[in-house]
Amino acid sequence: MSQTDTTVGGVEAPPTRDRSRPYWTSRRRDQLTGYLFIAPQLLGSLVFVILPLILVVWYSLHEWNVLAGTFEFVGTENYANLADDTNLGSVLRATGLFSVGLVVFNLGLALLLAVLLNQKLRGTIVFRTLFFSPVVVSLVAWTIVWGFLLQDNGGVNGLLDTVGVDGPNWLRGEGTAMFSVVVVQVFKNVGLNMVLFLAALQGVPAELYEAAEVDGASRLRQFWRITVPMISPTILLTSIITVVGSLQVFAQIAVLTQGGPGTSTTVLVYYLYQQAFQFHHFGYGATLSIVLFVIVLALTVLQWQMRKRWVHHES
Amino acid sequence: MRLGKAVRGVAATLAGVLALSACGGGDEAADKGPANLRMTVWSANEAHLKLFNEIADEYRKSHPDVASIKFDPLPFENYTTTLTTQIAGGNAPDLAWVFENSAPDFVASGALLPLDEKLKKAEGYQYDDISPATLKLWQDGGKLYAYPFSTSPFGVFVNTDMLKKAGQKTPAELIAAGQWNWDNALAAAGATAASSGKAGLVIRDFDYKGWDNLSTLWTGWGAQAWSEDGKSCGFAAPEMVEAMTTLHKAIFTGKALPGPGTTADFFAGDAAMTVTQISRASLLKSDGFGWDLVPLPAGPKGNYSVVGQAGVGVMKKSKNADAAADFLAFLTNPTNSAKLAQFFPPPRQSQLTAETLAKTNPTLKPEQLQKVVIDGITNGVVKPSHAGQAELSQQVRAGLDPLWKADADVKAVLEGVCTKIQPLLAK
Repeated sequence: MSQTDTTVGGVEAPPTRDRSRPYWTSRRRDQLTGYLFIAPQLLGSLVFVILPLILVVWYSLHEWNVLAGTFEFVGTENYANLADDTNLGSVLRATGLFSVGLVVFNLGLALLLAVLLNQKLRGTIVFRTLFFSPVVVSLVAWTIVWGFLLQDNGGVNGLLDTVGVDGPNWLRGEGTAMFSVVVVQVFKNVGLNMVLFLAALQGVPAELYEAAEVDGASRLRQFWRITVPMISPTILLTSIITVVGSLQVFAQIAVLTQGGPGTSTTVLVYYLYQQAFQFHHFGYGATLSIVLFVIVLALTVLQWQMRKRWVHHES
Repeated sequence: MRLGKAVRGVAATLAGVLALSACGGGDEAADKGPANLRMTVWSANEAHLKLFNEIADEYRKSHPDVASIKFDPLPFENYTTTLTTQIAGGNAPDLAWVFENSAPDFVASGALLPLDEKLKKAEGYQYDDISPATLKLWQDGGKLYAYPFSTSPFGVFVNTDMLKKAGQKTPAELIAAGQWNWDNALAAAGATAASSGKAGLVIRDFDYKGWDNLSTLWTGWGAQAWSEDGKSCGFAAPEMVEAMTTLHKAIFTGKALPGPGTTADFFAGDAAMTVTQISRASLLKSDGFGWDLVPLPAGPKGNYSVVGQAGVGVMKKSKNADAAADFLAFLTNPTNSAKLAQFFPPPRQSQLTAETLAKTNPTLKPEQLQKVVIDGITNGVVKPSHAGQAELSQQVRAGLDPLWKADADVKAVLEGVCTKIQPLLAK
């Protein structure tokens, strides 16, 4: 922008616009275009992310009795109640168990499937489609079907029975319920990570493997020394998505176990749902959602920082 | 910069609009013009809704100030949660169906409008005809906060074909012999399950989670979930331990009930007997199996009955609260109460006769209506309910989970339940 600077009586006058040039320069037009392009996203983020976040913090400072219609400011009382909540320890333990189980099984299986289906063999496209198809199935429908399969007299135990194994009551055992929920979720979403890994694997230059073979490296060594480092950005991406997703699990718990047996599958999101919507402790529910937000944020930042150690060729 | 100012202006306007919309809700003064009423119900049954709509249309003919009356079915499983979420979101209905287990919360919170005056003043209403026993749960400080719309006793539906095929005496025969008690009922259920490969007896909607349905059993032992004043836990009491020990043996030793994680639908022909409310009779198929409906078996403390109750109240926050209360008075007047009796047993004493109920319940015989419905309503105790029931219920469910194993220590588990819920009861 071209402007003329003048002084009046020794005092610098405010800059005035050079009226000989049009206001809408190409640079300004580009800026406006940019703002307009991101406006819908900004608006969406403001309405559906920032504003709810502010409201949740506001609610967490209040005691809100929906039925009585009272909304009282209680300061940090809800946060102090976290320390007195005898269920919170088991809830965090269940949340951690689910997350670790999901991340290990999901990423491990997705990578294994991607490596297997990356081979140039007949029928790989069919298998890729089969493994990916659960991703597009409705989550609740998927979970309801698995609920029937995992019943004591359900399909899973029926299959085990044919090979002479007396299967457990999957969803009723404290040891098996969490495992069952993890497996149901792994089979639901493993296809998504598998596709991401497949895309990454196909981007690894073939010359690297050829050179390694010439040097006499085994397939396993090639995997650890070439494949894993080359797809490490994708491993980072999938691990962040899976960790965040695992902390937000809800429908599977609500449909399959309702937090039981005991409180063995009561994860944080399900617990905050119970507190807010079933027990009508909306303020405390909001506080628990802040706890969840902090955990997700901390883990994401941690993973992001750790990428410096193990993510290679990051641009 | 103008662009910066423009962006700031848009942001400020948006924030203002959002703030205003966030502050909005159901607190506005009454709307001008005809009212649009909405009533939440748990049933999406076409026959139920057809009858509701017929009564609503009739009401609107004489009330042009009411433009529409909508019956809004919410899923049964999450009914109360959905209703309270609607209230929290500023979308409260004008009238709401309330289950007995959340009655104390709704009645004591002040969420509902007192109804006594409106109902007593309604022309031809006959308020005194309502059985005082059915009003108890819905009153607070001498005021009535919801009309006990449905008082539905629990009975036992029996697949007589299956029992006869298994060589067992039918409950009717046991009743005639004075032997219809839980011991014989469970023995017959276990024997039928063993010979048929199907389930014996199903306590419907229990499924090892909905524990309050077990009150249909433990009341026979004189057990209670908590004391009358709601302050003391009753799960560790000797009567409860005895009742639950009987149940535990029936599940894991006698195999009289399907085990945890196993489902069986009586009405699909998968079980010999089921404990449920008479309103489920509509699930019986005319070309299905031979069936009977009998009262609950006697327990060690003799004959007894358990009822499930639901009330309809007017939300105090409703923009059309007065019109809603007026419609409720019409919906539950003697004429409409008689019509609704075919689905929802009424609290009106004059209508609790076998003859009246038989007119609208063609599938049930007069003696079934007398023994199960009328005697049940007259003598029955209501399923457990307590302030903060949802939280209590969750704690009891979690506490009872260890009981549903073959090697469970019944007494220890029940004591554990009391340890969990006593602090909540004492609040």
